Parts: sequence; structure tokens; C-alpha cells
Amino acid sequence: MVPLSWYIILSALLFIIGTAGVLLRRNILIILMSLELILNSVNINLVAFSYFLQDLRGQIFSIFVITIAAAEVAIALGILIALVRNKAALNVDEIQTMKG
Amino acid sequence: MAEQIFFFVFAILAVGSAIAVVSLRNPVHSVISLMVCFLQMAALFVMLRSPFIAVVQVFVYVGAVLVLFLFVIMMLDIAKAGMERFVSGGKLWVIALLGALLLEMVLMISRSRLSAITAPAAGRLTGTVREVGEALFTKYILPFEVVSLILLVALLGAIVLGRKELR
Repeated sequence: MVPLSWYIILSALLFIIGTAGVLLRRNILIILMSLELILNSVNINLVAFSYFLQDLRGQIFSIFVITIAAAEVAIALGILIALVRNKAALNVDEIQTMKG
Repeated sequence: MAEQIFFFVFAILAVGSAIAVVSLRNPVHSVISLMVCFLQMAALFVMLRSPFIAVVQVFVYVGAVLVLFLFVIMMLDIAKAGMERFVSGGKLWVIALLGALLLEMVLMISRSRLSAITAPAAGRLTGTVREVGEALFTKYILPFEVVSLILLVALLGAIVLGRKELR
């Protein structure tokens, strides 16, 4: 049998890889993909706890996480298209119109 | 024993393709490796007796989100997007910080009582879709409706943002 801690360590590994992608890459598409990776690693955690504790709430929550992630990607890519149409830049360091 | 072997196969493939997502230069290759990673996660969900989540994972992520990514990459200028892999230098502290975070998490998990929790032999959950559906449409009907509203707003927002002229 696979113990619970293995799933959690796997999810921690994927979370760290996703965070590294967000922090180290400058391509905005790769950053969005890394965000998806982070959300999915959390899903592994939720579903693993749902199975090991025999509680349905983890699965329900992960369905909502998947839905919100889909909405987030739609909005983010819409913003990206509008951004590239106005100013061709995929590097996040060059996107500083709002002086953030 | 067979379950552990399958877990290792899926986990190693998932971690390897996740590293490929972060480190590959071409965004198209990144999307393909992200697809591999998501399919491995779906397999892990099947191993966790949650077939509905696995199917939703394949449909929503592999079927919709990644195709959306591919469409956007197709619309953008990929030759211009072929850019440097990592920012050069000055980011070593980020890697050190993430390594320390990973070490801390693994230590905490391995020393905690989580490893004592074993898989239930015969639990309350049967792992069928019917169970998830009943919970979703009775107890969790309000969050379900709110999420559908959020999806509607996201749809409208994507249409408004994607128009040619913003007035």
C-alpha cells in the first residue's frame, strides 16, 4: 500500500517545481503554466486526504479548484491576448505599464 | 506492492515532466510536457479511488485548458517568444530558498504522524460518481451555483477582453 506521506511529498515536490517556474522564468506563458502546476499539486493533496480519511469533502473541493482554475486561465489568456495586441511583450519584466 | 510500483512510475513521470515544463525553452514543448504531467496526475487520482476527479482532470485540463494554451501560442509570435531560459545570475538565492522550503516540508511530513495513516481497507466511500453527484447537488448546491456564476462571469470577461477594440 502507498502511504499518505508519499502523496504529500509528491505534491510538495510539484508545488516547489511550480513555484520555481513562477519565480525563475520570465516568459508569461510559462508562468501561467506553472500556476496550473501549483493548483494541481494542491489537488493531489486534497484527493489524497479525501481517500485516506474517507471524507468526500476533499473531492468536492478539488472539483471547485479545477473549475476556478479553468476560469482563471480563460481570463488570464484573454488579458494576455489584449496585452500582446497593444504591446508585443511576453517578458514579464517588460510589462510595467502600471509601474508595479 | 504493485500499487507502489505504479505510484513510483506515475510520480517519477509527473516530476520529470514538471521539471521539463519549467526548463524547456519552447512554450509548445512546455505545454506538451504539462499534458504528460496532468495525465500522470489523473492516473494518481484513479489510484486514490476518485475516478470522477480523474475524468474531470483529463477533460478540463488536457482537453480544454491546454488546448487554450496551444491556441494562444499559435496566435502569438512564437519566434519572438523563443527567449532566454532563465534570467542570468542573481537568482541563486531563489533556488536556495526553494531548496530549503522543500527540505523543510519533507522533514515535517516524514516526522509527523501522517505516515502512520494507512489506507482504509473498506471505508464509507465507495468511490463512485453517484456519491460525488449526490453531495454536489444536495449539500454543496450553493457553492456549485456560485461557481457556475463565476464561470459565466469569466466567459463574459474573456469575450470582452478578446474583442478588437476596447471602448
